[in-house]
Amino acid sequence: MTVVFYLSAAVAIISTVLVITRLHAVHALLYMIISLLAVAIIFYTLGAPFIAALEVIVYAGAIMVLFIFVIMMLNLGHKSVEQERLILRPADWIGPVVLAVVLGAEFFYMVLTGTPQSVTGNPVEPQAVGASLYSTYLLGVELVGMLLLAGLVGAYHLGKKLK
Amino acid sequence: MANIPMEHGLLLAGVLFSIGLTGLLVRRNIIFMLLSIEVMLNAAGLAFVVAGSRWGAPDGQVMFMFILAMAAAEVAVGLALVLQMYQKYKTLDVDSASKMRG
Repeated sequence: MTVVFYLSAAVAIISTVLVITRLHAVHALLYMIISLLAVAIIFYTLGAPFIAALEVIVYAGAIMVLFIFVIMMLNLGHKSVEQERLILRPADWIGPVVLAVVLGAEFFYMVLTGTPQSVTGNPVEPQAVGASLYSTYLLGVELVGMLLLAGLVGAYHLGKKLK
Repeated sequence: MANIPMEHGLLLAGVLFSIGLTGLLVRRNIIFMLLSIEVMLNAAGLAFVVAGSRWGAPDGQVMFMFILAMAAAEVAVGLALVLQMYQKYKTLDVDSASKMRG
């Protein structure tokens, strides 16, 4: 488990450095997804399986899809067919694939050998998180709900076409 | 934590945050700036979870969920602004939008 932690940390740092140095936004998003998956594995090794799942579903799933959606909507390249060909060049996707294979190997290693008892850190069960969320932090949940509503209304208002 | 000292987790969070901050300061493309903000928020959440795991308390994970919801709201508004800016200026360079007159 210690090896898994440090390997994921290395993958996270490498892919995050690559995120901010890419020229093409889609390449940066590929590395960003790898970085989020690496942090999800780190959460799992720290004994937070629920947060690891949320990281994959909400961050790597929903938020990154939003980014890709906007980049596609902008249709930045005028010669989009030419650009598509450039995106599919092996030199561009081999880096994310290698890092993803490292993460996948860690995943299978943990599934095949590790049990939930062998996590480093003190595991916190999802039940404890839920109980704390809806008792101690109930006010925070209400505020986050209002924040999400404000985000929805704001995005709708700003997303309207300019007159 | 049994094997991993808390400092290493916090160090990782600090390094990720610094990379995000560097990206925010260096890049002028607004999509990359938003991505850097996501990196920084994620690093802050990692610090919360590391600290929560050190003491076996659920509070760190609860805070991570709040950060997650905040990041989702922020990115929705931010990307709507990106679309608006691109319609107006036909570029993603933030320096082109340096005047505040609507």
